[in-house]
Amino acid sequence: MMVTKDERSDIRTEDQVVRVRQMVRQWATELGFSLVDLTKIVTAASELARNTVIYGGGGTFELQELQNNGRRGLRVVFEDHGPGIGDLELAMRDGYTTGNGLGLGLSGAKRLVNDFEIDSRPGEGTRVAITRWK
Amino acid sequence: MERIPILKMGEFLLVTIQVDMHDRLAMTLQEDLMTKIAANGARGVLIDISSLEMVDSFIGRMIGQTAAMSRVLDAQTVVVGMQPAVAITLVELGLALEGVRTALTVEKGMDLLRACVESRMEDVTDDGHEG
Repeated sequence: MMVTKDERSDIRTEDQVVRVRQMVRQWATELGFSLVDLTKIVTAASELARNTVIYGGGGTFELQELQNNGRRGLRVVFEDHGPGIGDLELAMRDGYTTGNGLGLGLSGAKRLVNDFEIDSRPGEGTRVAITRWK
Repeated sequence: MERIPILKMGEFLLVTIQVDMHDRLAMTLQEDLMTKIAANGARGVLIDISSLEMVDSFIGRMIGQTAAMSRVLDAQTVVVGMQPAVAITLVELGLALEGVRTALTVEKGMDLLRACVESRMEDVTDDGHEG
């Protein structure tokens, strides 16, 4: 698998969640994603970007254009150095939330993409990577 | 402060969301709508989301809550114009917007809103006979 293009940016405030959506949309459009695929990855990225700001206290996001055996894809990676997630299994469950959301962020985002990786250590932070293939 | 305009059309309020809303803007819209419903005695709210290219769990929840809050204030809400890709994504995300009335176009939405308000008035009249 090859990364053919990448870009990294800070995400600190709520307004920047909108910027993440716009950038993901732009990259997915350039890759020629169908409207449904594009909407899914933009929505998943929006959920994760909000988590990074609200639960992670801000962090970074990275966009990567991928190529694998002629297949192209888009990966978005969110990283923060917040409190981390104690029980990942519980956090991935529909409806579970420690905030005042609906508890659909992580579980919902996972359903909207092809690959979903999460790595979190209490006290160290959280890294979530999502990929949607064309 | 940035705000989404709310138009008054007779006893209805009309909102067209044309910008990619950040969370605070969505909450401001919700508060503004409730204030206007109460101030104008509005009977219905039509929310046009045809320009929205994405509805995530936060905006979805705001829409659902807005419909529930309006109902408490005796106003009906109809959401119109959701794009097919947005509907597909929203349901897969886990939000089916149950309890929110929807229509495909503004015109159909207005018809639905009028019908909802009329049937609500009939209910009230029927209840009135009891007391």
